[in-house]
Amino acid sequence: MSLFDKFQPIIDIQAELRQLGVMPFGAVTEKLLSSTEAIVNGHQVILAGTNNYLGLTFEPECLAAAKQAIDELGTGTTGSRMANGTFAGHVALENELAAFFDRRHAIVFSTGYAATMGMGSTLAGPGDVIVLDADSHASIYDGVRLGGADIIRFRHNDPADLDKRLRRLGDRIENTLIIVEGIYSMMGDQAPLAEIAAVKRKYGGLLLVDEAHSLGMLGDHGRGVAEAAGVEDDVDFVVGTFSKSLGAIGGYCVSNHDQLNAIRFAIRSYIFTASPSPSVIASTRAALRLMQERPQLRDRLWANAHRLYDGLKALGLQVSPEVSPVVAVTIKDRNQAIDWWNRLLQHGAYVNLVMPPASPSDDSLLRCSVSAAHSPEQIDRIVEAFATVQGQE
Amino acid sequence: MPDYNAYLANIFEILKPFAKQGILLNEESELVTELGLTSLQVMELIEQLEDHFDMSIPLNILPDIRTVHDLALALEKLNP
Repeated sequence: MSLFDKFQPIIDIQAELRQLGVMPFGAVTEKLLSSTEAIVNGHQVILAGTNNYLGLTFEPECLAAAKQAIDELGTGTTGSRMANGTFAGHVALENELAAFFDRRHAIVFSTGYAATMGMGSTLAGPGDVIVLDADSHASIYDGVRLGGADIIRFRHNDPADLDKRLRRLGDRIENTLIIVEGIYSMMGDQAPLAEIAAVKRKYGGLLLVDEAHSLGMLGDHGRGVAEAAGVEDDVDFVVGTFSKSLGAIGGYCVSNHDQLNAIRFAIRSYIFTASPSPSVIASTRAALRLMQERPQLRDRLWANAHRLYDGLKALGLQVSPEVSPVVAVTIKDRNQAIDWWNRLLQHGAYVNLVMPPASPSDDSLLRCSVSAAHSPEQIDRIVEAFATVQGQE
Repeated sequence: MPDYNAYLANIFEILKPFAKQGILLNEESELVTELGLTSLQVMELIEQLEDHFDMSIPLNILPDIRTVHDLALALEKLNP
């Protein structure tokens, strides 16, 4: 028994894919033609799997802000937020995030993973309880495992099941953290947050919502599912990322709890890593401002989401349960999913191939995400690529 | 409160479909290596037990569970 034995299943899959001549994991983007088109693995494609929801990655104001920050502040901070890595831009972004979310406090992290994992691992420790949605992202699972609290899952998007689990806790509800996501990353389905908040009000505990895939998409201000559901007051912590709607990298947590400023110095993923580069902070600040100034981006995103969802559904494909900027097509057979992914690439559409255990069931997914920057014609070309591949079966 | 045998009986009941031909389901049956449960199927087993006994089973106990016996014992400890 060697340390390497446990990696054999991955090695086997890699060999299988190599034999098929397919490279779905770690596909190489050789050249970006715009925020929606690129050369990937040698094929010119429309990008339909980049989470670039608002299409801001090439926005001139974001580019200019990043370039200016590099010129004035250099390429990196070379240190932790707790030591030398807090620049004026980091503080300004925290203030701007707090203002945007209408919360008193904000923390900026180096990645979304660090934000979610850090909050999950720090808020609840040994003796505490985490009750989380079963389909939570890996960063949530990693965090809560690290923290050492008792981890209890409830059935995905099932407030009645959450109710049962909170009821069973009895007095332990006092030190319980409930974790859900706004929009779930794989299937694009929304949490029933009004009902979940009602269960929280009934029993107590604190509620953390990961709005990584819903920032800029939902609610009058684009604050996410909590705003759209009218339950922001019930949400104690919102976490999220700069790497999707805001087109950069980094993460955040916002809250009205004054303890957040003490919690920040207990979060190891905040302390023991270098802070985001000045250029990243600068482009994120510009994107956050643009997101607020241009609500029409949200409208375009949803129009594209409807167009793609309806188009794929009309082909008779098994699409995710509700319209969302994430549209997942379920392909039961893994090898068929690999084959479809490869042929979609050849026909000009890059999507994400998701296989178990990353998918929420034993099925595989061809996961698409749309952008406000897609033109209706590009969406149609994505649908046509699916139609062509389907027609070749 | 249910005892070890009650948990054991229910686990056997849920696992019946997994007892492949030629494999005798018993306390020492290994959930993953012998019965071939995937991680999703382990979670389904846990959910069915939670529903049946109206209890919540923390994920933290899973790394220590290899056999049917381990699981029944862990449930008894959770619900003494």
